[in-house]
Amino acid sequence: MSTIVDARGLSCPQPVILADRKIRELGKGVLEVLVDTETSKENISRLAQKTGWNVEVKKTEDHYCLVLRKE
Amino acid sequence: MEGGESMTTFKNFFATRWGIISVGAFIGVFAPLLQKWGNPANMGICVACFERDIAGTLGLHRAAVVQYMRPEIIGFVLGSLVAAYAFKEFRARAGSAPIVRFVLGAFAMIGALVFLGCPWRAMLRFAGGDGNAIFGLLGLIGGIWVGTLFLKGGYNLGRSQKTHTSVGWLLPLTMLGFLVLMFIFPQVQGQEKSGVLFYSQKGPGSIHAPLLVSLLIGLCIGFLAQRSRFCTMGAIRDFVLFRQTHLLSGVIALVVVAFITNLILGQFHPGFEKQPVAHTMSLWNFGGMVLAGLAFALAGGCPGRQLFLAGEGDGDAAVFVLGMIIGAGFAHNFGLASSPDGIGPNGIAAVVMGLGSCLFIGFTMRKEIA
Repeated sequence: MSTIVDARGLSCPQPVILADRKIRELGKGVLEVLVDTETSKENISRLAQKTGWNVEVKKTEDHYCLVLRKE
Repeated sequence: MEGGESMTTFKNFFATRWGIISVGAFIGVFAPLLQKWGNPANMGICVACFERDIAGTLGLHRAAVVQYMRPEIIGFVLGSLVAAYAFKEFRARAGSAPIVRFVLGAFAMIGALVFLGCPWRAMLRFAGGDGNAIFGLLGLIGGIWVGTLFLKGGYNLGRSQKTHTSVGWLLPLTMLGFLVLMFIFPQVQGQEKSGVLFYSQKGPGSIHAPLLVSLLIGLCIGFLAQRSRFCTMGAIRDFVLFRQTHLLSGVIALVVVAFITNLILGQFHPGFEKQPVAHTMSLWNFGGMVLAGLAFALAGGCPGRQLFLAGEGDGDAAVFVLGMIIGAGFAHNFGLASSPDGIGPNGIAAVVMGLGSCLFIGFTMRKEIA
């Protein structure tokens, strides 16, 4: 079971704020973040990598699912 | 292992640290060059001033000294549109509190015109030696800092919806229409009006680089800024909120390179008095930019970024742009805008009203997102 943050349709910096809050809350594990712009994808990837989370990007028809993992 | 895999998320060079720095440096070279090629001093690029000039050429205000269809603005939007299509990032979306964005755009413009410049020009003024810009930049930081408090408190504009492609095309088409108007009714030497367009005979509106030079540089910056997500407000906001220096490094590159370019071109004139298109009322240089910074922070982007977003299909950013253009009309019709002599007769009242409106928006739009 992974936690999901749905940041689709939200403009800067909301997706990063929501993801950041959840990353701090979880500390480690698996977190899925749904975003729909390239900018949010890049921003959250940057945040996750800075805090030691591994990022895997899955593209669907109209959004991205970023799977963040930290052991 | 993680490092190798994570790198695959950054295929876009301009989204890297060196990418954003190179875009800031590009602007830092070409903005001062635009001044050498004909734009007003310390105003190679100013999104607020140039949108105000567009409001003027359209007759939305009748301040005779600031009327010109600035091709840089048109280029920003169309360059971003081209980049968005080239990299399959064009995405029509709208419906995230458009009226709020309009109001924020209008007050952002009013605040910027009390200072006399958007964040881009604040940096260019600073890089040209104008000490008054320091108060503007401090105000900008202060306004954005207040904005981050609202963001931390749950302020948000709500979700946008994916929509018809044509929705995303409307602002780019409007800009294309402005360009066509400029070709149909070109500036005629010595005439205040050409067809439906007003053209300044003196003042900053009469000082401009050749049309095609302005347009080409505008297109290049629009393209690069769309790729890199360059944003002057975001630079400060991200540092305050997340201690992230990504966007900030682009902005610092802009200031440093613009300073060096100004030195080389002989355009660096340090001081406070008699700076070009600037006044010395420090409190209102500061106060105007507090208002602008707060409005940009609540709206999620500096005026340049709003143009680039509009180019990639963001209909809400487009409404912000229209708010700025209409705000410029109010600013000059109501005596809110400053001039080199100082603030306008009603400038202080407008800043107070604008701050009140921004606080109202910030305090009342805090419903948590599910």
